[in-house]
Amino acid sequence: MALSPAEVRRIAALARLRLSPGEEERLAGELSAILDYVRQLEELDVAGVEPMTHALAESATPFREDAVTPGLPPDEALRNAPARAGTCFQVPRILE
Amino acid sequence: MSANDLLSRSIVDLGAALARGEASSEEVTRAALARIAATDGALHAFLAVEEEGALADARASDARRARGEARSPLDGVPVALKDIFLTRGTETTAGSRILAGFVPPFDATVVERLRAAGAVRLGKLNMDEFAMGSSNENGAFGPCRNPWDLSRTPGGSSGGSAAAVAARQAFGSLGTDTGGSIRQPASLCGVVGVKPTYGRVSRYGVVAFASSLDQPGPIARTVADAALLLGAVAGHDPRDQTTSTRPVPDYRAGIEEGARGLRIGVPREWFQGGSEPGVERRVREALDAYRAMGATLVDVELPHSRYGVAAYYLVAPAEASSNLARYDGVRFGLRAPSRSLVDMYGETRDQGFGAEPKRRIMLGTYALSAGYYDAYYLRAQKVRTLVRRDFDRAFERCDVVAGPVSPTAAFRLGEKVADPLQMYLADVYTITANLAALPALSVPAGLHPESRLPVGLQLVGRPFDEPTLLRAARALERELGPSPAPEAIG
Repeated sequence: MALSPAEVRRIAALARLRLSPGEEERLAGELSAILDYVRQLEELDVAGVEPMTHALAESATPFREDAVTPGLPPDEALRNAPARAGTCFQVPRILE
Repeated sequence: MSANDLLSRSIVDLGAALARGEASSEEVTRAALARIAATDGALHAFLAVEEEGALADARASDARRARGEARSPLDGVPVALKDIFLTRGTETTAGSRILAGFVPPFDATVVERLRAAGAVRLGKLNMDEFAMGSSNENGAFGPCRNPWDLSRTPGGSSGGSAAAVAARQAFGSLGTDTGGSIRQPASLCGVVGVKPTYGRVSRYGVVAFASSLDQPGPIARTVADAALLLGAVAGHDPRDQTTSTRPVPDYRAGIEEGARGLRIGVPREWFQGGSEPGVERRVREALDAYRAMGATLVDVELPHSRYGVAAYYLVAPAEASSNLARYDGVRFGLRAPSRSLVDMYGETRDQGFGAEPKRRIMLGTYALSAGYYDAYYLRAQKVRTLVRRDFDRAFERCDVVAGPVSPTAAFRLGEKVADPLQMYLADVYTITANLAALPALSVPAGLHPESRLPVGLQLVGRPFDEPTLLRAARALERELGPSPAPEAIG
């Protein structure tokens, strides 16, 4: 199945990836080849087969006490922030 | 004892030497650091060497031992970690530019556990970016090389973890395995690598690639060493809800019991000419050795295993596209200067991600997008169930399943980079254990008859049956004798 460059642009926008025109073209070819390969799954009859949503069926959701546990202090949590304002992460303007 | 003799010891032997006072941890750690300094220019197994921290760890270990307070058989043993494990105060990049300069504010659970056991941490090891790759060539900081032949790949994604151990830079290491990323490099470098049962080892503080497949595990030069490391890091972690509450057995107990009485399943589908003849020959010889040791070979079928790569390349990228959404320039890691928030996301992710993460984010986003979810992601998750049922059926008739790890010995750097699909097919035998959440390992099975490069045997077990896998691996290790050391770096 061939992906068009327009479709590659649409997916890139969903994924918040900015691609150069060269990358779009290359990815269109590579992704098309991979999608052709994975199409072999269509040979299988999966009617009535449960999807594996948990890797191990034995793992019931574990519970813990609803108790406060220590978290990272704000300065620690912000230490890798590219930009901060007080105890907030600072980002460029959201509205034009 | 010469430095190289010391560094060639197993963890078990080194631990005994430390306990008898024949060597100090500081002496061993200095020897390891000197070997890294002498060899890593050529090998590039390390992304960061923590010299000061390692020496401080070593001196603390020696002080504990002098007081008679050694914490475990790993106390004072120098090990290293794939750069995917968060280390408080030490840069952790996962092989990506987008995390260059990121200094985690906390340790991964497995890092805490190694520290609690007294292990000395030498540094952080090279890897494919976000663990996406089978050759180490996708790392943003240049490939690690194979200590058996510097023109070849050590495998991936935990290439540095396998190369450092094979090259006697470290006594053991931790890697992660999402589709073969511990077993394949272990095979290509001639060391032991264990992918535990999903949920056996905590993923807390491990940079996430595909959360339903990722599993940390040990790489070491002997089966007993791998068992020791696994025991040190395994077990329930309240910070990873997928970890099992089952008790952790003593993984070294019982590994000497031999192969007599074991039923070894040989899947027809893994011996249909998909491997290099030299690889298949060594794997078949290993099976013959098991038979000679009193094991029974049982023909089994894994009819869905040939769909493994296809299912994996939908599930793993889908999960990756979601996990990698966090790299947006807001809270940590790279931020590209931009005038608006939306531009910042796009610019940061364009500059920060290499070609392989971009490819997988695109593939995963597509597979999860409206109109395609049922046809791709959901179908792949159903195929996972079929893959698991194949194994369940096989394990009604055998105790472990055996086959190749990788269809080839170490290939040349550059050989497969131009064709992503060919690279993905390097994982054809390892991926099914991840899809089915089963424990699996790679154990050396000798050298390729022509290239004299290492070949590994893969063993896959029942859920949480690492003890039987380790016992079977140890039987082969004992039969074949000590693995030779690589000579390309002296």
